[in-house]
Amino acid sequence: MSSTIKSPWLIHYDASSCNGCDIEVLACLTPMYDVERFGIINTGNPKHADVLLVTGSVNERNINVVQQIYGQMLEPKVVIACGICACTGGIFKECYNTLGGIDKAIPVDVYAPGCAVRPEAIIDAVVTGLGVLEQKRAALAAGSLVEQTLPDCVTAADKFVDGQTIRDEALAKTQAQA
Amino acid sequence: MTLLSFALSLVGFGILAPVLGCLLAGIDRKVTARMQGRVGPPLLQPYYDVRKLLAKEDVSVNSYQGFYVGISLVLAILSGVFFFAGGNFLLVIFVLTLSSLFFIIAAFSTRSPYAEIGAEREIMQVMSYEPMVILITVTFYLVLGSFDTFAVLEQSEPLLLSLPLVFFGLLFILTIKLRKSPFDLSYSHHAHQELVKGISTEMSGRTLAKVEIMHWYENILFLGWVALFLVWGSWWAIPAVIGGVILVYFLEILIDNNFARVKWQAMLASSWAVALVCTVLNIALLVWIP
Ligand code: SF4
Repeated sequence: MSSTIKSPWLIHYDASSCNGCDIEVLACLTPMYDVERFGIINTGNPKHADVLLVTGSVNERNINVVQQIYGQMLEPKVVIACGICACTGGIFKECYNTLGGIDKAIPVDVYAPGCAVRPEAIIDAVVTGLGVLEQKRAALAAGSLVEQTLPDCVTAADKFVDGQTIRDEALAKTQAQA
Repeated sequence: MTLLSFALSLVGFGILAPVLGCLLAGIDRKVTARMQGRVGPPLLQPYYDVRKLLAKEDVSVNSYQGFYVGISLVLAILSGVFFFAGGNFLLVIFVLTLSSLFFIIAAFSTRSPYAEIGAEREIMQVMSYEPMVILITVTFYLVLGSFDTFAVLEQSEPLLLSLPLVFFGLLFILTIKLRKSPFDLSYSHHAHQELVKGISTEMSGRTLAKVEIMHWYENILFLGWVALFLVWGSWWAIPAVIGGVILVYFLEILIDNNFARVKWQAMLASSWAVALVCTVLNIALLVWIP
């Protein structure tokens, strides 16, 4: 077992979450759950962090911030989507202003669903993430680590591809009728 | 300081200090966790942290930040080697100050606003503790008639008895030096939060590992300073020093966990006041009560 998985430092970013999941993330650090038992520390600095916890469903405003934080983290790094909003968009999925899921902005390694996500689920997700972290560390040491590229989705409009098609179809129909 | 004592100290301090410093940091985190009603990380957690940092990708903001931190580390080690070789106390302090200056330059070299704020605060910290450190050497010379650290070993009683107030002053600035609350303005340990991560904001991977190792060395050196006040020329000094040093460090952890961070103005004013009052009173005591 390498030291990498014994000392995962976290950074937590709120990408337009309702704050429910953020409170649960912070609850993990309280004496009740005490994640420092696993060497986990909450840092405020992407350059020190190994694990990125993102909550919320990302919007046009903060997609750049999420990508920026992700970019500033050093390999090996792991991204965990906390809460159903971060996994798929959750109850905000249909909103016009959200992108729907962190994986629309950055590559996600582990999904922790729940609304709000329970601290146990977060701890589970981090522990699962450690496996990925270890793989990446081994790959980095062997020089075979491939940098994951950012997903293509860059605007909220992309999400409306479906809506667009429906409208296009309707338009085409009316035009055909005319 | 002879060549032999220097060589012995180089090997002894160079190898033992990081081991002890690492254990000390681990105990610190454990005790802190217990004080907060938590279980806390494993004892060797600081070691795992550094191992992990060494395994990280080697990326840096610029090519000289790591170099500056490296120089800072070497100077900190050198300062400790001088100290434990019975060298000149003034030299120890100057070399250590140089080490902190290089650390500050390393943070400034990144041009990052957060690192710069951290560096500014570090300067405030240096300004806060430096007068007291100088006054310690002055009173040290007044009592012993020498700047050599091994001069205390020729005493028949510990320095603490003749310099109790100066010792208090040392404890006061020790909180700044050990980067403990309420004076951990520029950089703190555990999961304490500040502006991003203070002076170490732009330091990552190997550079951060060097910073951690530097703290291990420094903490042992500072406990050596405490020991300087407790030691005298007898074998009984050994248990006294060990007990005293443990007590002092426990006190620091207690203070760390019970105080919120203060503003730099309060830190500067209080540490200067303590330095001045303690030393003047103590010198007066020395003069009038022989
Ligand atoms: S998953 Fe639920 S609690 Fe979490 S951010 Fe979304 S709506 Fe809030």
